[in-house]
Amino acid sequence: MRKSPANNMMLQTAMRYITIIVFAFSFYLFFAGHNSPGGGFIGGLMTASAFLILYLAFDKKIMKKVIPFDFTILIGIGLLFGVGTGIASMLFDYPFLTQFFDYFHIPFFGEVELTTALSFDLGVYLVVVGAAMSIILVIAGDDE
Amino acid sequence: MNNIIILPIIIPFIIGAILLIFAKHHKLQRVISGLTSIALLLFTIYLTVLVYMDGIIVLEAGNWSAPFGIVLVADMFATLMLLLTAIIATACLFFAFKTITPKRERFYFYPFYFFLLVGVNGAFLTGDIFNLFVFFEVLLLASYGLIVHGGTKYQLRESFKYVIINVFSSALFVVAIAWLYSVTGTLNMAHLSERIAELEQTGVINTIAMMLFIVFATKGALFPLYFWLPKSYFGPPAAIAALFGGLLTKVGIYATIRVFTLIFYHDAGFTHKIIITVAAGFTMLLGVLGAVSQFDFKRILSYHIISQVGYMVMGLGIFTPLAVAGAIYYIAHHMIVKTALFLFEGAAKRVTGVSDLKQMGGLLKTHPWLAWLFFISAISLAGIPPFSGFFSKFPIILAGFQEGQYVIAGVALLVGLLTLFSMMKIFGYAFWGKQKHTEEQAKIKIGKLLAPIAPLVALTIILGLAAEPMFQYSLEVAEQIMDPQIYIDSVLKE
Repeated sequence: MRKSPANNMMLQTAMRYITIIVFAFSFYLFFAGHNSPGGGFIGGLMTASAFLILYLAFDKKIMKKVIPFDFTILIGIGLLFGVGTGIASMLFDYPFLTQFFDYFHIPFFGEVELTTALSFDLGVYLVVVGAAMSIILVIAGDDE
Repeated sequence: MNNIIILPIIIPFIIGAILLIFAKHHKLQRVISGLTSIALLLFTIYLTVLVYMDGIIVLEAGNWSAPFGIVLVADMFATLMLLLTAIIATACLFFAFKTITPKRERFYFYPFYFFLLVGVNGAFLTGDIFNLFVFFEVLLLASYGLIVHGGTKYQLRESFKYVIINVFSSALFVVAIAWLYSVTGTLNMAHLSERIAELEQTGVINTIAMMLFIVFATKGALFPLYFWLPKSYFGPPAAIAALFGGLLTKVGIYATIRVFTLIFYHDAGFTHKIIITVAAGFTMLLGVLGAVSQFDFKRILSYHIISQVGYMVMGLGIFTPLAVAGAIYYIAHHMIVKTALFLFEGAAKRVTGVSDLKQMGGLLKTHPWLAWLFFISAISLAGIPPFSGFFSKFPIILAGFQEGQYVIAGVALLVGLLTLFSMMKIFGYAFWGKQKHTEEQAKIKIGKLLAPIAPLVALTIILGLAAEPMFQYSLEVAEQIMDPQIYIDSVLKE
C-alpha cells in the first residue's frame, strides 16, 4: 500500500466503527451457516474484508504491529481443524467425517443446535481468512 | 473398522498443514517430512499385504452408505499404486534434502510436496468419479506450486502452458461427469458400472467415455495431447522433475485403466481395440522419436515418459488379462526406473553443471558409481533382461501377437530398439568420451546423492530377477480389475 500524502483521518475514524460492524456480521453469518445461508466460507470472506478495510485505512507497517503473525499460519491451523473433525469420529469407531448433532439449552441463547460440523466450518473459516489475506497482502506488497 | 484406508490421504494432509505452520524452521521441516515419508512407506506396505490377504476394503465416508455417499475403495490395484507412490516419494524427498536450495525450501516446498501426495493417494483410493476430479484438482494445484517453484523465467513461461492445458482438461472433466450424471443418475463408480451394463454402451455413453479418455489422455500425456510435457518437466529441479516424471502421468494412466476396466468395458471392440490402441501406438512412436532427436539429458528422459506411457495404454488397449497385467507391471517398473533416471540426471548435473549432452563427457572415469548405476537403469528402461524392463514389455508384446494385433506389437518392438539407442546416446556422450568437466568438478563427491537412488536401482534388479512371483501378483491384480463384479459387490454389498 502506497502511503498517501493526504490526511485520511476521516477514513481512519470511520473505519474503526465500520470494522466492528463488519466483524460482527461476519460472525453472525458464520454461526448462521449449516442450515440457513452462511457458513465458514462466506463468514471467512467477510472477516477478510473487515481486515482489508483496516489495511486500507491504516498502513501496512502499522497493521504489522497490530497483527504480528503471518496469515499463512491460519491456513495450516484451519486445515488441522477440518481434518481433526474427521479424525474425532474415527476415535469413536465411526467412519471418517461422520457428523453428530444434538440440541442443548444454553442460558440467554435458548435452544441451540450444536453440531460437530461447526468445528469443520471453523476450519474452513480460518483457511478462507488465511488464504484471502495472504493473497491480497502478497499482491499489495508487490511494489515494495 | 475400515477407517484404516483413509490414512494414506490424511497423514500427508495433517503433515502438510503442520509444515505450513512451521514453514520457517528448516531443520524441523526436514525431520518431520523425512519421518513421515518413511512412516507412509511402511504403512502402505502393510496396507498392500492386508488387502492382498483379506480382499478389497471399502470405507463409506461420513457414514453415508454407498451409492449415496462417497466411498473409498482399496483394491489390489489401488494399494499397489499407493505403495509405488510412497517408494518414489521417499526417494525424491531424500534427494531433495541434498539438492533443494534453502531459498526454495523456505517457499513452502515441503507443504506442497505433501499436498501433492494427498491428491495422488486420494485419486488412487476414491470410488466416486466426482471425488476423483476433486483429488485430481488437489494434486494439480500442488503441482502448479511445485513446477513453478523457484520462479526462474523458463519455469514461469512453461508452467503457464502447463496450467492452461490442465485447467482446460479439468473443465472438460467436469463437463463429462455432469453429462454422465445426467444419463445415469449416479457418480459412484461401482453403481455407474452397474447402470451402464443395464443401459448398454452405445451412442451417448461412448461419447462420454471418449471425453473422459481425452481428459485422462491430457493428464497422462498421450498422443496427441502430450506436447506440454517435455518442456514443462525441463524447468523444475531434479527432485521435483523426478517426482513428476515418475508419478503424475501415471495418475492419469491409473484413471484411464480404472474407468475403462470398471465402467466402459462393454464396447471394447471400438473403445479399446481401435481408439486406445491407436493412441498408444502413436504415443509410443512419436514419444521415442522426440527422444531420439534431442540432445539434452533431461529432455530425452521427458520424451521417454511419453513413449512409455504408450506401452501401458497399449496393454489396456489389447485388453486381455495378460496384457493388462503387463501394463500394471510396466507401471511399477516405469515409476521406479524413471524416477531413478531423473535423479541421476540431477546428480550428473551437480558434477558438470549442465544437462546438455554435448558439453558432458567422461563421467565414467571420475564418478564410476554414478555411471554404472545409471547404466543399469538405462538398459532396464530399454528392456534388456535380466532387469524389470524386459519382463514388463514381454507380456504386453506377447499378448499383442496372441490377439493378432501385429502392427502395434511391431511398433512396440521398434520403440524398444529406439529407446535403447537414445539411452546409449546418453551413456555414450555423458559418461564415455573425453572428460569435459574441470578437475575441480571431478572432485565433487556425490555419494550422498546416490544413496536415495540406489534402492530404486536395487528394486529394478529385484523386479527383474524375481519376475515370476512379481508377475504372478500383477496377474492377480489384473484379474481382479478385469472382473468388475468383484469391485461392485464389495462396494454395494449386495
